[in-house]
Amino acid sequence: MSAGIRRVALTMVALFAALFVNLNYLQVVRADDLASNSANARRLVEEYESERGRILIGRGANTRPIAESVETKGELKYERTYASGPLFAHVTGYSSPIFGRSEIERAFDEALTGNAPEAFARNLADLLAGRERAGDSAHTTVREAVQQTAREALGDREGAVVAIEPATGAVLGLWSSPSYDPNELASHRPREVRASWERLNDDPAEPLLNRAVRESYPPGSTFKLITAAAALENGVSPEQTFTDPAALDLPQTTATIGNFSGGTCNGGQPITLTQALTISCNTTFAQLGLELGPEALAEQAERFGFNAEWEFQLPGNAVSNVPSDLDPPATAQSAIGQRDVRATPLQMAMVAATIANDGVIMAPRLVDRVEDTSGRIIREFPPEELDLPDQSNAQALNRGSANALQAMMENVVDAGSGQAAAISGVQVAGKTGTAQTGEGRPPTVWFVGFAPADNPAVAVAVVLPDGGGAGSEATGGAIAGPIARDVMQAALDTTQ
Amino acid sequence: MNASQTKLEARRRANTELGLLVLALVVCLVAYALVGLAREPQLPAGMAGYGGILAVIAVGTHLFMRRVAPGADPLLFPLAFALNGLGLVMIRRIDYAMAASDASELAPSQTVWTMVGVGLLLATLLFIRDYEVLDRYRYSIGIAAIVLLLMPLLPVIGANINGANLWVRVAGFSIQPGEFAKIGLAVFFASYLAENRQLLTVATNRLGPLMVPPARAFGPVLAVWGLSLAVLVFERDLGLSLLLFGLFISMLYVATARVAYVLGGIGLFALGGYVAYLLFGHVRDRIGIWLDLWNSEAFGAGQLQQSLFALGTGGVAGVGLGQGHPDYIPIVSTDFIFSAFGEEAGLLGTTALLLCYLLFIGRGYRIALRCQQEFGQLLAMGLVTLYALQVFIIVGGVTRLIPLTGLTLPFVSYGGSSLLANYVLVGLLIRISAGELAARPAPRRRGRRSRSDDEAQADLAETQSSGRHAS
Repeated sequence: MSAGIRRVALTMVALFAALFVNLNYLQVVRADDLASNSANARRLVEEYESERGRILIGRGANTRPIAESVETKGELKYERTYASGPLFAHVTGYSSPIFGRSEIERAFDEALTGNAPEAFARNLADLLAGRERAGDSAHTTVREAVQQTAREALGDREGAVVAIEPATGAVLGLWSSPSYDPNELASHRPREVRASWERLNDDPAEPLLNRAVRESYPPGSTFKLITAAAALENGVSPEQTFTDPAALDLPQTTATIGNFSGGTCNGGQPITLTQALTISCNTTFAQLGLELGPEALAEQAERFGFNAEWEFQLPGNAVSNVPSDLDPPATAQSAIGQRDVRATPLQMAMVAATIANDGVIMAPRLVDRVEDTSGRIIREFPPEELDLPDQSNAQALNRGSANALQAMMENVVDAGSGQAAAISGVQVAGKTGTAQTGEGRPPTVWFVGFAPADNPAVAVAVVLPDGGGAGSEATGGAIAGPIARDVMQAALDTTQ
Repeated sequence: MNASQTKLEARRRANTELGLLVLALVVCLVAYALVGLAREPQLPAGMAGYGGILAVIAVGTHLFMRRVAPGADPLLFPLAFALNGLGLVMIRRIDYAMAASDASELAPSQTVWTMVGVGLLLATLLFIRDYEVLDRYRYSIGIAAIVLLLMPLLPVIGANINGANLWVRVAGFSIQPGEFAKIGLAVFFASYLAENRQLLTVATNRLGPLMVPPARAFGPVLAVWGLSLAVLVFERDLGLSLLLFGLFISMLYVATARVAYVLGGIGLFALGGYVAYLLFGHVRDRIGIWLDLWNSEAFGAGQLQQSLFALGTGGVAGVGLGQGHPDYIPIVSTDFIFSAFGEEAGLLGTTALLLCYLLFIGRGYRIALRCQQEFGQLLAMGLVTLYALQVFIIVGGVTRLIPLTGLTLPFVSYGGSSLLANYVLVGLLIRISAGELAARPAPRRRGRRSRSDDEAQADLAETQSSGRHAS
């Protein structure tokens, strides 16, 4: 029987060997997969065990959190709350235990969890000393008054507003409508979070879409700023005159480009570049486009940031496009911002800010510093010129051209299509845009501008893709102009 | 070996045992302290009580065993004691984790069961001075085992807990009689096979390439097969069913050296299992979960997923005793306690636990090999195989090596019945091992041959069948 016992014993040893092999597989080979499996609550509990850093707005004594973590009695210790609900949703984004993170919550996750590379030495010291520490705070450049004004001015209409400080690139306001309440996604009640997520995703109004940076629209006549810049850079003067046909024949086709009014711009008399911009004369800019050619137009647009991915603190901002390989009819249409030209609201705000900043394009910033709980700065994001991939410098147009364009834009608000954006006592500069999006469909209306024109403190872009509900008669001046005015006013009121 | 040499060897073994017990005690106390320190920066309040009880159990049992079982194997009790002590630590730790949702504590009652269990070990050693007495009462023991096995099916006292009809309620206690029935059946099988092994060994019929014993010799195999299936079908207990059948087949193989029994047994069990798979939803669920855990919607998939999460989170070194989340794993104090160790003590901890079991099993088979009596050999071998299979089935189940079937992890899982039965099992093994040195003439009854004749016979049978084995 001994041989039998030995064989049974060996069988048991073999079974145990299988257990050992399997355990090594689970606890070594598969360990990371299993530990980070989304259904494994341990990862979440650990993540929520420490206090996530705050997202702050305001200066000095007026600093306040727009996202912070509060202690709960639940299994997940700290719950993320957004005191202002939808107001800063597209700035902070959400931090959800189920659906991950977006916007600043995502881009600054390392800092907010206290794990920024700059804090490595401190964290090592904390670890050795057994100190617990809340995550670091991200301080945004957004101003509550600007944000609030954009929200009120746009109301429940679809659209976006971006306001930038031209000299520093600081984003003062970033509003996308409709918005959503990030608290719904940050909640620790999984059933409600899932229900909210489904509702927000199924909503045809797409409240989760950050239109300010992730959607691009036909810029319409606001693109004439770029055509004008290209013309000025190529030696055209603001006083140079152009013929004033009621309709411009497009070469190689039987099609024509007409003016918004349906007639001529200046009674058929020669029209200056300044006049043409003031009243947004299509035939003039179509002619300019044909004269400059598609490459020169695209090149100028690219100096403003078109056709390139450049860094912004919110992840995945959309690229704005100007095709450069166009036939003459398409070139003419592109020159007035139609056809295949697309721009994000952030891009158009940067065009306005760059003109306001004498042609120097600044990198837009939403967060200017990361600090720890005691206010010590961990990392700073000072004003910087934007580093565009294919450009040798940040001078989008030379100072002389910029100054000429500024004066032309002042004229738009003083005497042209942008009068609705005028602020009493402040010289405003701007440009309207009304892009046709198809027969019978309401146009996409724009206003871009800056104020005060002689020493700009704010540049703004406002877009309402379906004409703001005003039907096919909507214009950028009438619909977007007043919104831009209010937002610029709010920015000026809060500028020291 | 003369009397004084025997005494010297017995003392040497006893001293070894004492040393190992002290080591086990230290390991358990350190583990207990770590669990407490993970909660608050001071040694846990219950530490003195826990340490005191364990120390009294260790030293008391040791001294008692020096007297009633001199020369016994010095590893079995320390290993059981270490596993029991670590189980108590983990159960205490699970109490802490559950404190928020469930105020009832398991550790105090498990401590009581530990004391009762060790008492039962001592009683086993005290009253069964010669294990041959079990041979004499084999039919009583066999019938008692079957009654125990089927008791949960009786009205009034039978109870269904966690979907299996394994329990009886007597005087406010829930008892799993199956735990004790296993040991009774091992005793009965050992006795039956020791007597009938010659009959079962003779191959007279040809079945394909195999020489097989006469058909009537398969009677007992079929009877046990039927019993296992009854457990599976009526008590809905896959684990116990598999365990009983595995026990019997391995004992039958050792007694007869006939591979035909093993193959036939596996075939029969596979057939029964397949029919059960077709007939019963709970069997289908278990298999379905095993094959496709991550997409399974079946009840029970979640608990196995949680078990694997715990093991994966533990990784190599574990998250530290007292610092994991055993409360995420359903039924963690019984079936899934191994996974709780996997999370907090990591691969190092689970390997250490398995090595404790493997060492115990190795000693057990060594006892079987050294035993002078056929009955003793078969009994020791059967008990150890029972123990080894139980560990394999539950650990394999919670690690998804095999489909999960609910069994307790011997000495570690919460539960009085399992703990008590396993202490009886250890008591019997210790008693058999103590016979190694006993300078007493082997009793001969019922014309049983002495070991030397017997070995020769078995070797002959082995030689005859070796050609078939090798292929």
